Amino acid sequence: MSTVDILFYLLSAFAIVSATMVLISKNPIHSVLWLIMVFFAISGHYILLNAQFLAIVNIIVYAGAIMVLFLFVIMLMNIKKDAEPQKQLLVKLTGVIAGGSLLTLLIAVVKQTSQIQNKQVLLKEGTIGLIHPLGKALFSDYVIPFEISSVLFLSAMVGAVIIGKK
Amino acid sequence: MSIQYYIILCLTLFSIGVVGVLTRRNAIIVFMCIELMLNAVNLLLVAFSKMYHGLALQNAADTTAGIDAQIFVFFIMVVAAAEVSVGLAIIVMMYRNTHSVDINFLNRLKN
Repeated sequence: MSTVDILFYLLSAFAIVSATMVLISKNPIHSVLWLIMVFFAISGHYILLNAQFLAIVNIIVYAGAIMVLFLFVIMLMNIKKDAEPQKQLLVKLTGVIAGGSLLTLLIAVVKQTSQIQNKQVLLKEGTIGLIHPLGKALFSDYVIPFEISSVLFLSAMVGAVIIGKK
Repeated sequence: MSIQYYIILCLTLFSIGVVGVLTRRNAIIVFMCIELMLNAVNLLLVAFSKMYHGLALQNAADTTAGIDAQIFVFFIMVVAAAEVSVGLAIIVMMYRNTHSVDINFLNRLKN
């Protein structure tokens, strides 16, 4: 087993355990912190796949900006630890069974699909994840969506301010 | 590393997100679980892009095949950032009206 394999398994276990802790934690602030751990694990996966630009953007945008926004809102509301009313046990059990059935079904489909048997993912090689090729593609083929996304940000900003001021 | 390991990892993360949306009642936690599902899909897109790139490299040495998926992930992150700002503004407004973030208070749209 090579180092890359060991890193893959470690990061995967870390991501899944942290994602489960997001659900289990009673305190919303602990959930946010565990979700940041998930994002760091996923960034580790990006680095393993040699998608360095996305790894950095994932940390900056998700762990840095979005989760701080969540943390800010939770602290602003001052939600008590046990103020959240729990769903009934039956509803919880139904949700877990539904999610587990979805997972089982999808894994069974993946196991049986013949097109992806023996297909390998290129780890720690390939240059498409670096900034130079991505920037070239973004500003030549994808320049119109890039500019439209700025309009999207403007409208989101205006919307957030209008909703917040009401 | 086989692509199937990546698919199974991402499916697990996605299903955990689905279970969170179904079982929690705090609107902020539900929102965070949606972010988790988005990230699982992002990771799967990058894994598929590297798989495709590895296949294309066997035919041409300097190909950039598979770069579209990574651009797509970048745009998903952009849209997620805009979505979170508006969504959290809605949750704050809901908290101001009902003094709770319980999603069961939102069922008045039903009538």
